[in-house]
Amino acid sequence: MVIEERKMQSLAARLSQDEVRGRSPWADARKRFVRNKAAMAGLIILILVGLFALLGEYVAAWSNDELDFTVMGQVAQMGMPSLQNGHYFGTDDLGRDLFARTVQGTQISLMVGIVGAAIAVVVGTLYGATAGYVGGRTDQFMMRAVDILMSIPYMFVLILLLVMFGRSMSMLFLGIGLISWLDMSRIVRGQTLSLKNREFIEAARAIGVPAWKIVLRHVVPNLLGVVAVYATLLVPLMILTESFISFLGLGVQEPLTSWGALISEGAGTMNYGTLWQLAFPLFFFVITLFGFFFVGDGLRDALDPKDR
Amino acid sequence: MMTRPLLDVHDLRVTFRIRREGAMPWAAPLPLHAVSGVDFTLDPGETLGVVGESGCGKSTLARALIGLVPAAGRAEWIDGRDLIGLSPRQMMTYRSDIQMVFQDPLASLNPRMTVGQIIAEPLKTHRPGLKSAEVKERVKAMMEKVGLLPNQINRYPHEFSGGQCQRIGIARALIVEPKLIICDEPVSALDVSIQAQVINLLIRLQRELGLALIFIAHDLSVVKHISDRVMVLYLGKVMEIGTTDDLFADPQHPYTQALLSAVPVPDPDYDPAATVVPLAGDLPSPMSPPSGCVFRTRCPRAQPVCARQVPALLGDAHQTACHFPGPLSDEEIARARAVRAA
Repeated sequence: MVIEERKMQSLAARLSQDEVRGRSPWADARKRFVRNKAAMAGLIILILVGLFALLGEYVAAWSNDELDFTVMGQVAQMGMPSLQNGHYFGTDDLGRDLFARTVQGTQISLMVGIVGAAIAVVVGTLYGATAGYVGGRTDQFMMRAVDILMSIPYMFVLILLLVMFGRSMSMLFLGIGLISWLDMSRIVRGQTLSLKNREFIEAARAIGVPAWKIVLRHVVPNLLGVVAVYATLLVPLMILTESFISFLGLGVQEPLTSWGALISEGAGTMNYGTLWQLAFPLFFFVITLFGFFFVGDGLRDALDPKDR
Repeated sequence: MMTRPLLDVHDLRVTFRIRREGAMPWAAPLPLHAVSGVDFTLDPGETLGVVGESGCGKSTLARALIGLVPAAGRAEWIDGRDLIGLSPRQMMTYRSDIQMVFQDPLASLNPRMTVGQIIAEPLKTHRPGLKSAEVKERVKAMMEKVGLLPNQINRYPHEFSGGQCQRIGIARALIVEPKLIICDEPVSALDVSIQAQVINLLIRLQRELGLALIFIAHDLSVVKHISDRVMVLYLGKVMEIGTTDDLFADPQHPYTQALLSAVPVPDPDYDPAATVVPLAGDLPSPMSPPSGCVFRTRCPRAQPVCARQVPALLGDAHQTACHFPGPLSDEEIARARAVRAA
């Protein structure tokens, strides 16, 4: 025989000693995501925007609260984007460096979006999963509470909050956090209801796993796909909400700024020939929204390959 | 021989409350008796087969015994404790004694957990003091015992075949060293050659570990192969219960006879029309079961008394719930065929 039995046996023993690494559903999804060109482009855009927000301060020649007195009063002629005087994106109406302002606006808008989505993910997921899993009267009570909160016109409440308690970042986060988790909890509850009667949940109950552990270990990991997709689509929604509030003049307060506030200022001076004041913040705003939507779409396709 | 049975079930009832569609919210929901008064005993190390057509309450019976659906009646464990109506905390001590193997092998495993995590879950729940290295050691030993390669401990359920998934389910049930395993149609979703492997694995493990099994199936040949005793259910009631040899050789209840005659025979020359006892009609709704004997609406031997009186489960080792037990005569079979043809 060509094959030596003794050697084959030792090979078999060697092979069965090493633990085989499993291919988790997450790893499969990652592979599909990487193959999706639009989603990868979106991800790269988001990474670049993120780097811009983090590192832009070190690149800027001017700080965001410095006034350039040489361009003041003649912004349309002197304040246009140029590499010589260090105003890469030009200056705003008061002679402040627009590059530094855009960096700052990007930081704040991204933070609002991500914090809002994070609140939605944590609160909405736990709330919805609990309501769906417990069921019965508790579910009825919890979901009717969500219905009531949803029926209140949130923009109105948000504006009232900001007017009554003063404009501050924490108030903005509170207002956005209050409304962002409602839709998430509904989606998660629906998913939980369909998961609840699957046999592996029943198996866990038969084993005697306590209810909170079933929710955390069996229900939530199987929901995360939907949650991840919805969260990436929620970030741009939060950014839009904040921008709208800022556009109305109620959002973040000077000297802080955000995309919405910058776009609002830029739109106000459009007629004076300083179009760059609108163009730069708008450019970042638009590519970020596109990036998030592409990534969200890609995530959905990657996590649910049957639904394409 | 007066040893205590492992499980003594008496008058077990499971009633679901069904709200009629379009009913007013204050209208009382209708009761559905999925299991209505089941009695049986199970000795340690014994296998009880449970058979019956779809919707007769087999799975509900299993879920009631393990506490997944609320039930009434008594189910006395070997230590004298009634398992029905225990609080979840009290039930915990018995959960490691009674484990369950489910019907759909893949659906009963969490797709986001590795095999090692799945098999270890009962261990982590019931023996919280164990070190993780020891848990892993035990999981690997158990995987070897059920015929899985221990080095696949980090794989995910979707990477296994149906038969392997069912082995994982069996390993999960066995890891806490239970005394009773309830198998709810464990092989219905598998193809025939794999069925044989899984069943032989169950038989081998049962002998090695001295397990008692409640084996639910609708495949009679499988039940015949694995069971010591067989219980026939119809519409949530026991029709007949006896040792496997006895029941298959000499069925007393007309329903059992009809059921046994419907077993396919692997012979191309065999004409089923010659032996099958057809039953007229469908299974009646468990919302409004027939009065008296629940089988009387389809029984070729039904008499007026069957509608008035519920037949008691009578006999010693071989019990039958029928007013007129005994083999069907040719005349009755012919009558059943005539009704069916009409």
